[in-house]
Amino acid sequence: MEAVLAIAIGILVASGVWLLLRPRTFQVIIGLALLSYGVNLFIFAMGRPRTGAPPVLDKAGIVDTSLYADPVPQALVLTAIVISFATTALFLVVMIALRGLTGTDHVDGKEPDR
Amino acid sequence: MILQNFLTLLLVLPFVGSIAAALLPTSRNAEALLAGSVAVAGLLVTIALYPVVANGGIARYDIAWLPSFGLRLTIRVDGLAWLFLILLNGIGLLVFLYARYYLSPKEPAARLFAWLLAFMGAMGGILLSGNLVMLVVFWEMTSVFSFMLIGYWHRRPAARDGARMALVVTAFGGLSLLAAVLLIGAIVGSYDLDQVLASGDVLRAHPLYVPILILVLLGAFTKSAQVPFHFWLPNAMAAPTPVSSFLHSATLVKAGVFLLIRVSPALGGTQEWFTIVSAAGLLTLLLGAFFALFQHDLKGLLAYSTVSHLGLITALIGMDTPLAIVAAIFHTVNHAIFKASLFMAAGIVDHEAGTRDMRRLGGLWRAMPETATLAIVASAAMAGVPLLNGFISKEMFFAQAAETYDSSLLDRSMTWVALIAAILSVAYSIRFVHSVFFGAPATDLPKEPHEPPFLMRLPVGVLVVTCLLVGILPGVTIAPALHTAALSVLGPDVPYYSLAIWHGFNLPLAMSIAALIGGLILYRLLATRITTAPEGPPILRELEGQRIFERLLVNVSWIWARRAFKLLGTERLQTQLRILVLVALGAAAWMLWGAEHLKPIGPRNFDPLFTVVWAVGAACAITAAWQAKYHRFAALLLVGGAGLMTCVSFVWLSAPDLAVTQLLVEIVTTVLLLLGLRWLPKRREEIAADRGLLARARRGRDLVIASACGLGIAGIAYAVMTTPPNRGTADWFLQHAYVEGGGTNVVNVILVDFRGFDTFGEITVLGIVALTIFALLRRFRPAQESSDRPEQQLRQDASDTEREDRNVGDTLRDYLAVPSVIIRWMFPAIITLSIYLFLRGHDLPGGGFAAGITLAIAFLLQYLGSNVREVEDRLRILPLRWIGLGLIVAALTGIGSWLFGYPFLTSYAQYVEFPWIGKVPFASALLFDIGVYLLVVGATVLILVAIAHQSLRAQRAAESEEEG
Repeated sequence: MEAVLAIAIGILVASGVWLLLRPRTFQVIIGLALLSYGVNLFIFAMGRPRTGAPPVLDKAGIVDTSLYADPVPQALVLTAIVISFATTALFLVVMIALRGLTGTDHVDGKEPDR
Repeated sequence: MILQNFLTLLLVLPFVGSIAAALLPTSRNAEALLAGSVAVAGLLVTIALYPVVANGGIARYDIAWLPSFGLRLTIRVDGLAWLFLILLNGIGLLVFLYARYYLSPKEPAARLFAWLLAFMGAMGGILLSGNLVMLVVFWEMTSVFSFMLIGYWHRRPAARDGARMALVVTAFGGLSLLAAVLLIGAIVGSYDLDQVLASGDVLRAHPLYVPILILVLLGAFTKSAQVPFHFWLPNAMAAPTPVSSFLHSATLVKAGVFLLIRVSPALGGTQEWFTIVSAAGLLTLLLGAFFALFQHDLKGLLAYSTVSHLGLITALIGMDTPLAIVAAIFHTVNHAIFKASLFMAAGIVDHEAGTRDMRRLGGLWRAMPETATLAIVASAAMAGVPLLNGFISKEMFFAQAAETYDSSLLDRSMTWVALIAAILSVAYSIRFVHSVFFGAPATDLPKEPHEPPFLMRLPVGVLVVTCLLVGILPGVTIAPALHTAALSVLGPDVPYYSLAIWHGFNLPLAMSIAALIGGLILYRLLATRITTAPEGPPILRELEGQRIFERLLVNVSWIWARRAFKLLGTERLQTQLRILVLVALGAAAWMLWGAEHLKPIGPRNFDPLFTVVWAVGAACAITAAWQAKYHRFAALLLVGGAGLMTCVSFVWLSAPDLAVTQLLVEIVTTVLLLLGLRWLPKRREEIAADRGLLARARRGRDLVIASACGLGIAGIAYAVMTTPPNRGTADWFLQHAYVEGGGTNVVNVILVDFRGFDTFGEITVLGIVALTIFALLRRFRPAQESSDRPEQQLRQDASDTEREDRNVGDTLRDYLAVPSVIIRWMFPAIITLSIYLFLRGHDLPGGGFAAGITLAIAFLLQYLGSNVREVEDRLRILPLRWIGLGLIVAALTGIGSWLFGYPFLTSYAQYVEFPWIGKVPFASALLFDIGVYLLVVGATVLILVAIAHQSLRAQRAAESEEEG
């Protein structure tokens, strides 16, 4: 499972980075989305996630903290999800505005001279 | 206490005056009265301080400012500072009076007087600083105020250029000085002036002595216009004459020599000091006098003469004998007095005759005899004529120059350089007087010259009388103050000196006489040639520091910058991102290359189902990357697939909170991107160039980079996941979440309680992003080709037209009829779900973020399911208010804890018994979460609505066109 998750992170990041280096705005925005999945999972993986570890405390009191899931990376990722939503939205609007302003969807705002 | 108040007053009053002057209505009288009162007060306070400093005493007032960094505001007055303060306030007073008559009623007096007062404060600050850092701060302030004053007539290009040049040169010197001060502070262990002065031996023996000395000298030489930094001073003459008279002869340029005198006990007395300082001084003395003789502009002549006299003072400081220091202080005072009066006289001539060109002026003696008399006496002082103040200090200089120091070439040439410079100085003084006041009366002057008002002449008169008093009765007038100043620099070993006019017939007197006669002859010989030649000295005319400076400035700020950009920069985003990725990759590889290999331990399990999940996820991600260019919609769906698999992983690996949030954000993001797709250009056909060899090579390279990134991060993730965890932080949060935060959902408690401040920052960012999007889209014009109605709608309308039983627009109206009903009915259900998610957040998965996005989705569905106009008729959403309210609630919750004496955002948890419902957890963090909730709703809805409205705008624009 660890290997599968690691490979998944790798593939998400690789796809994201590849798209990041492409010339069209839509490719970059898709790339950012993929990259943020990869990075979120990576941060999450730092807490050594397991199957079946309770994330919510029992009100009776704590027996053994090591049985519970690590909440710190989860809190970080929760924040990251919301912020990456905001970034995507902002980028999308810049993309639309750029297209309206320059008439092209190339990231440099002009078609490359070939 | 009175002493401390006096010192504070001295430092602060000019600045207060400056602000007051800026606020006063523009009236020359009121401004001058205010500025004059400030100067008088400064003068009186300074005089009152005299008993304290008279016998080598120091008046000090320490204010702890940043004591942990050794930074204190130390106001300190000793004899030297006292003498300079008298000069500053005294000449300031006279300049303010003069400026009242100099300015025309149309010019903004408030600006001039405000900046003059501010400058006076900054200059006073340099003199009063008992701490080197403080001194540097005031030092730079004088540069800035000088910039503002030179540029007073900012519509004239010469004023702007001169101001910029002065600022660049002197601010550069200020930075050197700052570096020197930091080094000194590091070596001595204190920035306190008294301690630094007492640590001279340590500094001189330190290996960094020479660098420090050079940095200090760069500061002093740029400020005091020593060669090769002198060129800014003549260009600063574009300033109004009161400014030239105050800053560029009497005070600002003296800051450099003041600094040198001040630090001479700590840094002086070495071979390097003697060689560098006196060589620079002598060179400046000679070149300044030479240049001065060949100027045609009155103020130009005076400027170069100032350069020359500053060189004389610097040379004296370089000699660094006690007598030389006394002479340097004395000449600084004398020069300030006669040069300020000469500038004022030049200003009067300019004012009354309309020109400052010495070739056009002449015979003004008849028109303005009183001004002429004053100017002649002052010039005589400048030339060093006996019975005037300039004579005595010049004699002292001659005596020092004739002394033997180290028998080097520099030492042996000193006497001759002094003599030649003195001859030149006499010649230009004669030229100043002769060409303006004597000779044939000028006929083509722009104005009819006449005497200025009495009060405009008065300051000149006061200064000239001072010249005479000091010159004739030095023992009574200047001697005590000079002695006090010398005492403060030299300590108890002040040498015996006599300030008398007649010392018997000795070498200095012979030199003086030779200079007077030589200067007279030189002027007789050269007068006609100078007048007919172009401005500037022969031979050296071409070699102008100013031009070198301009060339350097253009090179550095423009040509080199452009070249560097061409060489290293790029405007292409792809290249920039590639560099960014490569740097990140390289940095990670560099950090981890030699790292100890992690040893995988612990159970590694293999779950076939999880593998299937990610086989799908990976396929989605790769296909999305592949198809994003030509098949946007497919790519969007595939990204959604990868997102869902991420979501599944969160559920799988015990993170329900993340799964909920991820799922909801996924929905919103997809809708957002779908809305955005409409505004992109159509792209179905393949682009031919993409098949080229070069494009393939580029893609291959990027593929390698991307694969390296993927491999690297997968490796790190695997290595970390297979090593035992370090759960210190996790355990702490788990143990304290319920006990202190009052919630069992640890993630939520961390977000709204333990790390509440971070969350507060985060929701602020979210609000800002939403507002930015809102603002961007208000200005944005959609692309013309995308503004038409979508193809689908056109086809629907076409089918309506064909069929007889239908009207145009019917199909569009019926489109999504069933879903829209369902959506309408789901509205309250989703709202309830949202509230439910919010309420359970503290104890179970959910919380403000998830609930907020859920509510936003409820609104969003209404927009999707039916006509936008219909929705907005029925539903008024004011997302901006939601955002504002959310921020206010969150902030007030935080502030609320202040009322109970706790830090910002301290939370309080309690269970409250409600009838019917039972025990409900109630924490102040819940209030904070309400803030989060409101803001997330507002921001998300604002973003979505702003984008959704674009099509409406296009439609409205089309409609209004049809109507019009």
